[in-house]
Amino acid sequence: MDDIKILDTVERYIRGEMKPDERLQFEQLRKTNSEVDQLVVEHTLFLQQLNHFGERKSFSSALNEIHTDLTEQGKIDSMKLKGKAKVVYLWKRYKRVTAIAASIAGITALAISTLVWTVAPRNNSNTEALDRELNKVKQLQQAQNTEMRKIKNQINSKPIEFKSGGTGFMIDGRGYLITNAHIVQYSKNIAVVDNNGNQYNATILQKDNSRDIAILKIDDKNFNRIPSLPYGISKTVSDVAEPIFTLGYPRNDIVYSEGYLSARTGFNGDSLTCQLGIAANRGNSGGPVFNHNGEVIGILSTRDTESEGVAFAIQSKYIYDAVKNLNQVTDTLNLKLSSKSSLKGLNKQMQVKTIEKFVFMVKGD
Amino acid sequence: MCQIPVSLLIYKFDGLQFLQKSIKNRQVIPENSEKALLEGLAINDRKAVETIYRQNFNMVQVLVLNNNGSADDAKDIFQEAMIVLYEKARSGNFELNCRLKTFVYSVCRRLWLKRLQQQNRYASSGDSMENVVAVDEDLAAHEKRNAEFEMMENAINHLGEPCKSLLEAFYLQKQNMQVIAASFGYTNADNAKNQKYKCLMRLKKIFFSQYKSERTNG
Repeated sequence: MDDIKILDTVERYIRGEMKPDERLQFEQLRKTNSEVDQLVVEHTLFLQQLNHFGERKSFSSALNEIHTDLTEQGKIDSMKLKGKAKVVYLWKRYKRVTAIAASIAGITALAISTLVWTVAPRNNSNTEALDRELNKVKQLQQAQNTEMRKIKNQINSKPIEFKSGGTGFMIDGRGYLITNAHIVQYSKNIAVVDNNGNQYNATILQKDNSRDIAILKIDDKNFNRIPSLPYGISKTVSDVAEPIFTLGYPRNDIVYSEGYLSARTGFNGDSLTCQLGIAANRGNSGGPVFNHNGEVIGILSTRDTESEGVAFAIQSKYIYDAVKNLNQVTDTLNLKLSSKSSLKGLNKQMQVKTIEKFVFMVKGD
Repeated sequence: MCQIPVSLLIYKFDGLQFLQKSIKNRQVIPENSEKALLEGLAINDRKAVETIYRQNFNMVQVLVLNNNGSADDAKDIFQEAMIVLYEKARSGNFELNCRLKTFVYSVCRRLWLKRLQQQNRYASSGDSMENVVAVDEDLAAHEKRNAEFEMMENAINHLGEPCKSLLEAFYLQKQNMQVIAASFGYTNADNAKNQKYKCLMRLKKIFFSQYKSERTNG
């Protein structure tokens, strides 16, 4: 209780709340009592600190209030940064960091690329090699694509290709055929089909446009050679009015038709051909013309556009000429034609039955 | 221990002298006006503080923003400078040798550079030194007061309730003992006084233990 009173007195003294006589009395006490004096000194200091603390606290809160008020009133720039100001501010604040980061990134990138460059040169060459390989594959694929496109085109254009068709017949068992040159005139690819529907690829060995004779060769591994042909090829022209017949492919099946030899010459006295009285259609071109002995006397080639039932055939002696030419050009070939027919004396049905497997449909593009 | 004169606690303003040496700083605000402002500041006069705040804040904000600082940094720095100014105004021997604006700018510049150094951040010294005055002594005094302030804050925060509120009500808000007894629920003023005394003794003990160790260290 005493202590409280003493402190109360000291505080009143410090605050200057004492009356003059009481104050004088207290100051006397301070001089005599060192304990009281020390308490006064200590407490003065303490109260001073406490006052400072309080004042500063209230001043700080005043400052904050003022800041808020002034910002609301717009009297100071409230830094609600917006637009360009914000960008500038951020840039200014972080430009150093950005610069350092960029430098580090750059140096790191350089270092890594250097490292890769020096440490892994082998990998590099491997990569190059692979590149070349890849190019090879690429080229190969391109080539294959071209090839495939070609083949596709061929397949697609086959019906068109072989639309121009005609007839041909065998003159040698090894696969040599005679036909009209005009059938295969513009053809690159040629196929021949026998009366059983077997198709073989063929190539042109010789083509004589002026005489309209072409010699083809079956060039197909599926083709089996025939030892000998039943019919011969006549070297002379038959007599007028001699009955003749022909086999051909005006459509997809082999067609027989018969007639007679009208004249030993052709259109306007053409000595290359002879005139026939026979029903011939497109597709009969290149077909063989047989006499009653089963000898080939000509190659059915054209017909008269103005008169019905009139056709012209190339005389068979020119087949010999063509073969002779071919033999001269290619030494190794050595085609031999037979003038003898083994069909003599057989009736028509037997003759046709024997002959028909040597008459082919010729298709060209 | 030496005898501290009681007059320290009674603030006098006759020491406030404004000697404006720089001619170019003279025109805008008249001498009287700045003197009046500082007198107002010393007694925490709202209007005076607001005026000083309004006249100087933007300048400081620009300074801080241009030197890698944020708006919040600017507010902190400026308010600390205001406290420096406030304490200087209260100290009784305030001698302002330049314009108020120059003083505020100089203090803020120093405070901000110091803070940048503490944060190991780059400080460009590109701004002109033209309008800067030496504020080392002021800042040294400010730092000492800062340390004391923190000590007192620490001590009070260590007290706990109800001591904290009780002492704040009596010593800071200067409330009457009767009022305090009523609001804190004591039966009479003597009981409140009794409790206040115990709290005060605890606070003094905590405070002086820090204060003395600080002194011996220093």
